[in-house]
Amino acid sequence: MITSFLALEPAYWQSTIFKLLMAFVAVLLPAGGTVYLYLFKMVSFMQSRLGPMEAGPYGSLQLVAELGKNLQKEDLIPAKADRFVYAAAPYVVLVSTFLLVLVIPFGPDATFADLDTGVFFALAVTSVSVIGILMAGWASASKYSLLGGLRAAGQLIAYELPLVLAVVGVVIQAGTLNLQGIVSAQIDGQIFGWGGIGNPFILTQFIGFFIFMVAVQAELTQTPFDMPIAESELVAGYMTEYSGFRFLMFFIGEFATANIFAFLASVLFLGGWSIPPFIADALFADGNYSNIMNFVGPLIMGGKMLVLTFIIYWVRFTYPRFREDQLQKFAWKFLIPLALVNIAVTGLLKVVFE
Amino acid sequence: MAFGSGLVKGLGVTFKEITKTVTKGAETVQYPHQKEDPAPRARGVIALHEGNCTSCMLCVRECPDWCIYIEGHKELAPPRRAGGKPRQVNKLDRFDIDYGLCMYCGICVEVCPFEALFWSPEYEYSEPRIADLLHDKTRLSQWMETVPDFETYEAGSEAKVLKVPR
Repeated sequence: MITSFLALEPAYWQSTIFKLLMAFVAVLLPAGGTVYLYLFKMVSFMQSRLGPMEAGPYGSLQLVAELGKNLQKEDLIPAKADRFVYAAAPYVVLVSTFLLVLVIPFGPDATFADLDTGVFFALAVTSVSVIGILMAGWASASKYSLLGGLRAAGQLIAYELPLVLAVVGVVIQAGTLNLQGIVSAQIDGQIFGWGGIGNPFILTQFIGFFIFMVAVQAELTQTPFDMPIAESELVAGYMTEYSGFRFLMFFIGEFATANIFAFLASVLFLGGWSIPPFIADALFADGNYSNIMNFVGPLIMGGKMLVLTFIIYWVRFTYPRFREDQLQKFAWKFLIPLALVNIAVTGLLKVVFE
Repeated sequence: MAFGSGLVKGLGVTFKEITKTVTKGAETVQYPHQKEDPAPRARGVIALHEGNCTSCMLCVRECPDWCIYIEGHKELAPPRRAGGKPRQVNKLDRFDIDYGLCMYCGICVEVCPFEALFWSPEYEYSEPRIADLLHDKTRLSQWMETVPDFETYEAGSEAKVLKVPR
């Protein structure tokens, strides 16, 4: 725990409360930041306008205004809706987001849970949101919601596979499912005997990185994979009937998950919280910098997350939407075979070089 | 054309637009603080020059939305020359345009044979209550101040440039 650096020995309940608070910070702070920075501002710049400018300096408090607006709205439940399932669905989606952040390492000790099967856990809990979306689509008692929910389920299951298979290459190379282990494998790695920048797996697993980012885009149901939401034909897909706070939860779930996938991608492919070893060696002669990294690490992770979410939103607001059959074809006929070939080649090279 | 080159090009377009907006500013203006100048003959609001109106009702009949309401009566005016017959003139009792209905087609302005209606480029007259969008003849006459002069036609044109009555 970070607190050991402050010479504190927190009791179990203290560290649990601390972790709980930090989980909210780790989910909501990046979500708010990227929504303002990218969803409000960058997209406006792409369309040659300035975006929100009135709330706060340069519109920076716009999110607070949106929050206030959504909290005041009436919480509508359709008359024929399955009330319990309808009300529970946004929580299920949001829970999957919070479960996902648990295994992300933000520093040598700054993790919520250092699981030995961290990658497996992360990829497993992403599937929970599918259940939430199906619940929302089914329980809304609306044709738009049902179609959106079914499309989302089909898409999320189709793109779960390339997501998992893309990570397998990294796991083979690192030789561990532990996310901390993957980070240290990248720090200790060498490029042809030179360990100056470690070996970020994006260099060897660039195909895996590409597949991962495409699959993430689809998992988030962001354009070009936003067939489940498709506002021109399905109103808002599975979110059609939701309003007020429940809609806000879907909204937070969507954009917070984008950040957490970006965190995950930066752990798997970009070296996570580490700084390149040649800089670390120059700064910390004794080679023991793990205490400082517990504080610098989250910032580095934040920087990498900003770069990756920039790509996610950049793609999102550049491309038009895939048709449903194109979308399925792209997953099953292109991404999955490519990922399998990538795994085979990685495995072969692993055997050859070691 | 390599596979995927169009995708890269697309990303380039949006990125170029970002840098353009950041470095050179946006194409839009921040409305309540800054205002765009409307084109000189922009169709903002219709102004009425009351003195020219004879309540002939042509505009009322031609209006596709039936948003103009005119009521008038005849009055006797003193004769032009001494000893002559008193003249009969039309007096406007009511000239309303309901901008809640108006679709800004401009047929009334076109059709007016006495040059009583003019386009003004003013556009800031929205109201919280829809009934307040009914402009009566005092309000319509006030818009006359904002009517710009007609532009001179291009060289060689034989049409006379109209003058806006002030």
